[in-house]
Amino acid sequence: LSDFTPQATFDIKKCDVHRLEAGPPVKAELTREQGLQYYRTMQMVRRMELKADQLYKQKIIRGFCHLYDGQEACAAGIEAAINPSDHLITAYRAHGYTYTRGVSVREILAELTGRIGGVAKGKGGSMHMYAPHFYGGNGIVGAQVPLGAGIALACQYQGNNQICVALYGDGAANQGQLFESFNMAALWKLPCVFICENNKYGMGTSVERASASTDYYKRGDFIPGLRVDGMDVLCVREAARFAADHCRAGKGPIIMELQTYRYHGHSMSDPGVSYRTREEIQEVRSKSDPISLLKERLLSNNMASVEELKEIDIQIRKEVEEAAQFATSDPEPPLEELCNHIFSNNPPLEVRGTNPWSKLKSIS
Amino acid sequence: MAAAARLFIRGAHSTLAISGVGTGKQSSLFKLSAGCSSRLKAQRHVAHFTFQPDPPTTEYGATQKMNLFQSITSALDNTLASDPTAVIFGEDVAFGGVFRCTVGLRDKYGKDRVFNTPLCEQGIVGFGIGAATAGATAIAEIQFADYIFPAFDQIVNEAAKYRYRSGNLFDCGNLTIRAPWGCVGHGSLYHSQSPEAYFVHCPGIKVVIPRSPLQAKGLLLSCIADNNPCLFFEPKILYRAAVEQVPVDSYTIPLSQAEVLQEGSDLTLVAWGTQIHVLKEVANMAQEKLGVSCEVIDLRTILPWDTETVCKVTAAAPAVTSATVV
Repeated sequence: LSDFTPQATFDIKKCDVHRLEAGPPVKAELTREQGLQYYRTMQMVRRMELKADQLYKQKIIRGFCHLYDGQEACAAGIEAAINPSDHLITAYRAHGYTYTRGVSVREILAELTGRIGGVAKGKGGSMHMYAPHFYGGNGIVGAQVPLGAGIALACQYQGNNQICVALYGDGAANQGQLFESFNMAALWKLPCVFICENNKYGMGTSVERASASTDYYKRGDFIPGLRVDGMDVLCVREAARFAADHCRAGKGPIIMELQTYRYHGHSMSDPGVSYRTREEIQEVRSKSDPISLLKERLLSNNMASVEELKEIDIQIRKEVEEAAQFATSDPEPPLEELCNHIFSNNPPLEVRGTNPWSKLKSIS
Repeated sequence: MAAAARLFIRGAHSTLAISGVGTGKQSSLFKLSAGCSSRLKAQRHVAHFTFQPDPPTTEYGATQKMNLFQSITSALDNTLASDPTAVIFGEDVAFGGVFRCTVGLRDKYGKDRVFNTPLCEQGIVGFGIGAATAGATAIAEIQFADYIFPAFDQIVNEAAKYRYRSGNLFDCGNLTIRAPWGCVGHGSLYHSQSPEAYFVHCPGIKVVIPRSPLQAKGLLLSCIADNNPCLFFEPKILYRAAVEQVPVDSYTIPLSQAEVLQEGSDLTLVAWGTQIHVLKEVANMAQEKLGVSCEVIDLRTILPWDTETVCKVTAAAPAVTSATVV
């Protein structure tokens, strides 16, 4: 054990900056513990998403399912840079963030299968998972960004030194409500880190075909911005730390563009190869896979062994398998739960069911 | 996802003995539905209805077998061919659209007439209002009716009031907004909504919902021709499931005219869209099991709706049920 290098410094890609004198550091320090932790986190998200793919194809998960594999470095890097008491909100490609924000794989998969053991009690599904200081999980594109600005306002108002990270995609970057949020955040110097996860495609539309400017880190105009290599967990961490410090220093909002990639299509009903080539996907997998990049770093700097990482992989597969077992065997929520929590009400409310003689009760 | 019907018994003229119905357990109709529900639950059906095509017609010329999305494509094809100012735009319409309603049109008519917009519903409708006001026949697509709300202000405050506020100097009557609508079984919160109720209290726009491919093409062509901004909601669950013989050439079905699909003397059932097919089944069941004779009306245009037909009919069959897709 003591043969391993306890800490190493790595060169990371320099970030492009907008309206900033300097960007995040170009060197990142990584301890062995951190390396293993980031590896574990990213591998867990990867295996969880692949398991979700499998369960979806078996029709055990139904409805909508947007998978995050390929983008693990973003979720892992951001979480490494912020505190659990900070706040985070994202769009519908949210399973990775649900995990990094503290929800177990068990509860995530059970939510995907719509069971009572799911994090939202089986009533939210893939796009609506929540946790303390994690506000989902949002279906309407771009709608979560003004919410994020509001959460940041609450942090500022309460003076608790917390920040809000509000994520959106390259497709959402053209929604009007984002610019309304940018203006409010800048005007009132809200501690909000706006992060654009640019995975190059909004559903099937490439960024060049959707945006007059694909420099998403500059789209906040008067808000400073960073363009970050989103496939390198260390790069993401350093940039997120830089951004968080910026906000906590009271300098107002900041935008981060994470250049990343998703291996799956937009959702499970999109094969993902009609608007991009298999060669492109394969190239990213072989040259820029976030987990492989970290693994190479750990191994070539003697910070971990092949056997050790293999052991971690085995443990992770086991945990995911057990979670899938739970998710398939846990019961669905009972019909009595269907209409609860529509309002916060007292006394109970009667809700019309599918025919006039079946009335359901709504209580909260 | 069966009918959500509320029974209003009005007239003293009703000769119906329906005391058993309301109490639930006694009525055979209820037993039938309960049986349906449990059967549905076991089989995981999306929705309990069978699409009932209209009998083929030669009224409008030669016909071809088409499903709902194909009938929409046909209407748009006819429009682009006959109206050089017509343009179609929305998210992903260029490759054919997420429901294949615009397949082949870009290749046939050019990329300046069928083009994609970025992801911005408010922008799409605002842009459409402008284009229509300047003289283009603007056909905007909102990818799902659930996403129409960022454009609500543009529709209600701009499109609906343009003619009135300019004293008839300007209007955006050339605008038609299309959107897939209604429950589909797996759509959940944001791919299942039926938002027409939010719009039908707004004078200045028209809201139309077809029940079938034949109706859809004729009604859509009427909306496009109509000099008022129109919202055309297409029941997404019928896109593939509904197949009919549909005329190949252009034809119109009048707006603000309800259609009586079946005559009856005891009860009137009014609906639109997918629910028509449920109510037709209900009418048959009511006749068979209860000896109740039902009139079935498809409203077709929800705003402005055909008050005359509905009121005239319900004068004869006093009880009215209105039902809509949940």
